[in-house]
Amino acid sequence: MSWEVVIGLEIHAQLATRSKLFSGAAVTFGAIPNTHATLVDLGMPGALPVLNESALKMAVQFGVAIDAEIKQHSVFTRKNYFYPDLPKGYQTSQMDEPIVGQGYVDIQLDHSRCKRIGVTRAHLEEDAGKSLHENFTGMTGIDLNRSSTPLLEIVSEPDMRSAAEAVAYMRKIHSIVTTLGICDGNMAEGSMRCDANVSIRPVGAVKLGTRTELKNINSFRFVERAIMLEAERQINLLEAGGVVVQETRLYDSEHNTTRSMRSKEEANDYRYFPCPDLLPVHIDDDYIANIRAQLPELPDQRCQRFIDVYGLSEYDASVLSANRSMADYFEVVQRCCNDPKASANWIMGELTKYLNEHHIDIADAPISAPQLGQLLKRIADNTIHGNAAKILFEALWHSDDDVDKIIVNKGLKQLSDVGAIETMVDEVISTHVDQVQQYILAPAPRRDRMLGFFVGRVMQASKGAANPSQVNKLLLQKLNRLN
Amino acid sequence: MSIPTLSQIAHGLSTGHFSSEEITCDLLADIVAKDKQYNSFITITKTLALVQARAADQRRSQGRAAPLTGVPIAHKDIFCTRGIRTSCASRMLDNFVPPYESTVSQRLLDAGSVCLGKTNLDEFAMGSSNETSYYGVVNNPWDLDAVPGGSSGGSTVAVAAGLVPGATGTDTGGSIRQPASFCGVTGIKPTYGRVSRFGIIAYASSLDQAGPIARTAEDVALMLNVMAGFDQQDSTSVDRAVDDYCAQLEQPLKGLKIGLPKEYFGPGLDDGVAQCILSAVQDYERLGAQILDISLSKLPLSIAAYYVIASAEASSNLSRYDGVRYGYRCDQPTGLLDMYCRSRAEGFGTEVKRRIMVGTYALSEGYFDAYYRKAQCIRRLIKNEFEHALAQVDVIMGPVTPTPAFNQGSKTVNPVGMYLEDIYTLSANLAGIPAMSVPAGFVSGRPVGLQIMGNYFAEAQLLQIAHQYQKVTDWHLQIPPHSSQECA
Repeated sequence: MSWEVVIGLEIHAQLATRSKLFSGAAVTFGAIPNTHATLVDLGMPGALPVLNESALKMAVQFGVAIDAEIKQHSVFTRKNYFYPDLPKGYQTSQMDEPIVGQGYVDIQLDHSRCKRIGVTRAHLEEDAGKSLHENFTGMTGIDLNRSSTPLLEIVSEPDMRSAAEAVAYMRKIHSIVTTLGICDGNMAEGSMRCDANVSIRPVGAVKLGTRTELKNINSFRFVERAIMLEAERQINLLEAGGVVVQETRLYDSEHNTTRSMRSKEEANDYRYFPCPDLLPVHIDDDYIANIRAQLPELPDQRCQRFIDVYGLSEYDASVLSANRSMADYFEVVQRCCNDPKASANWIMGELTKYLNEHHIDIADAPISAPQLGQLLKRIADNTIHGNAAKILFEALWHSDDDVDKIIVNKGLKQLSDVGAIETMVDEVISTHVDQVQQYILAPAPRRDRMLGFFVGRVMQASKGAANPSQVNKLLLQKLNRLN
Repeated sequence: MSIPTLSQIAHGLSTGHFSSEEITCDLLADIVAKDKQYNSFITITKTLALVQARAADQRRSQGRAAPLTGVPIAHKDIFCTRGIRTSCASRMLDNFVPPYESTVSQRLLDAGSVCLGKTNLDEFAMGSSNETSYYGVVNNPWDLDAVPGGSSGGSTVAVAAGLVPGATGTDTGGSIRQPASFCGVTGIKPTYGRVSRFGIIAYASSLDQAGPIARTAEDVALMLNVMAGFDQQDSTSVDRAVDDYCAQLEQPLKGLKIGLPKEYFGPGLDDGVAQCILSAVQDYERLGAQILDISLSKLPLSIAAYYVIASAEASSNLSRYDGVRYGYRCDQPTGLLDMYCRSRAEGFGTEVKRRIMVGTYALSEGYFDAYYRKAQCIRRLIKNEFEHALAQVDVIMGPVTPTPAFNQGSKTVNPVGMYLEDIYTLSANLAGIPAMSVPAGFVSGRPVGLQIMGNYFAEAQLLQIAHQYQKVTDWHLQIPPHSSQECA
């Protein structure tokens, strides 16, 4: 039997507010434990939450960006359970009346196919603190810096049919929230993480299979792996005559396995009820219209513009526009060198390779967009050629110097002085008599390949500075004259 | 022989008859000498009080005195006070010293008042008799065998006994009005949202409201002038200008329409209490008021609705007392669950546990609709009914409680019987309207309070109505047989 996997994602995006969802403490990462927690975040007696309006605005921005219904009346709810890093004994979230209702995003499946994924809802909620198990012998440490950090939980419809679709969806959400600037998208720091609901059913079946929920997946790669793993586990289970149990499972990225956390029966009764410390949130049409009017260009719109205005291929445009930082970077480079295709190639090629090798986000690239733009400009105006450009790129990666200064200091400037190149060409011809002899005797098709040898020698002699096309031209002239 | 009112003390300070330090010393000496028989204080802040009194005197000498500068008061031990243990009368918080100040106590501090200490209450404000306190029962100065009422029993007793001229209280289902009635003092529960809840240890967030307790309506108005106001730190506080609660006190009551709901005079109401209330109503008629019979038919539903909603909120509000960060933690926990279970089992008293259990049950999956949601519907009906009634009359009057103060121990075995005590007070909390208790007579030597309920933000009017009555009566000036003055 062939199976179809059905996936829905719950993505938690940490909102890029300066202060927390319900307190004035700063949102930070990696600070000394419990130095960014107020009375509210610590769950002190008598402390009361006050909603951070910028978090509300960000949630509405997201809703507008995915063409969702924005609820003019939304309600914060308490989700009650005991956990040491949950200081109040409840998480303040939204349950029956979330701020963002039904919306959708379109995902690019391959170079041509597109698919619409429904977003059921998105709601605001506060994060919990962290339990620290290291350095506390027989005890657990509690860090409440993260307590009350604002999250937007984005719940999708079970519309995805493969791990690849799930990744594409998550990337799309990532690109929307980073474009809006409402989330920094830093998955390593947990700014975006997801839970995946996975079930399988025979191809053609209408009824959904029993689902399991995979918790806390914090990278695109792990989403893909975890879903594939879980789908495979469920298929094996069903094909061996077993049944899938509704449960919460944890993806262990280290061992690439999933394991059961708790079954449905063991699930908490969260005793949801409206938080009496917070009034229902009311927003009006003007508020929404204002946000709609100020919405930045969204990834889909930007992608189309890259195609229309810069003549980029659909693929290049979609890669570059998927990440706001990358798209911004591209536009600056392009503006400097006025060569969209070369800009795209260098960003998606050399720069991405370096960034990946060093695990650096493009927003923190050691080579600034104007620098790369200058580099490309120098290629375009024949100051440097390809090889020298790579040397220059490497140099820029490690230093902050001016592009032209490095060209001079490293002697990367192309040698275009015909006299000087001619001298070197003559030198190479006179010192490689045997090779010259072979060249002369060779049939025309082979000569082309043999020419490369001489070009290489001349380039070597010029320490890479000679203009390769001039070298080529001169060599051809001279060798052919020997004929 | 009389016990000075807060206004008289304020006057004495402003005319230089005595200094804040002198009156503070006198009252502290009284508290130390006499509170053993009442147990109305959990903590006496003697050193702090003297520092504050001297600062107040200095401010006065510099000509910078406000109406409450140098006036000694006490806070119910539910208001967090910076550097002063705030126990909420629970073993759970016996060791808790807040590093912050509640908005109410801060405002009173800023107004120059002097804090003599923290008063006793029912544990986490859950009770109608002040018998659930971890620090022991509070005794009613009118009869030491009687309960003072609750939960703000410590504050009302301290005021009734003359240990302090004014005190703060909180009222979730009658916790200011019922003990005020039992102790023969004046207290008001303002409109929900009028006074900030920030720094008040929460019992039931949607019902809790702080208010002042003193001997007279004028005293209460002076305190409320300072306590009321919008607070950014409390999302449920209302951003609306605060009336001057003293401004309207002297206005006559001619033409005032008073509604008497027949349900407040039905079965269960003690005859003596009914006599006092009806007599007070006649006094109002003489003052020019018009009396109308009205109906508040949802009254019997208020007890069930209240105990579901209040307990549900309490079960969640009290989850934070888990032994992890502050407060009581059991000895030698063997693990997390053991720490949770034993810390809470040992840290909370019986009534608190009962309400946590009831609330947890009411919010549970499968029961939520039948209990919590239904209770909220009833709450809405009660609110509508009040709004309808208050469109016809200016204020509603009735008893605060069905009986005068009952004897200690007489209702502790039957919690539901105790809950019935609150039948006349709960509705105002459910509707969010202001309500007050004004001394209106005695039954067998125990005080009886008249309840006055008004429209949203009509505190000034309620205080005016109470003040006009107090000008022609002296119930509020009676001195308990066991007061500090008598001992002196």
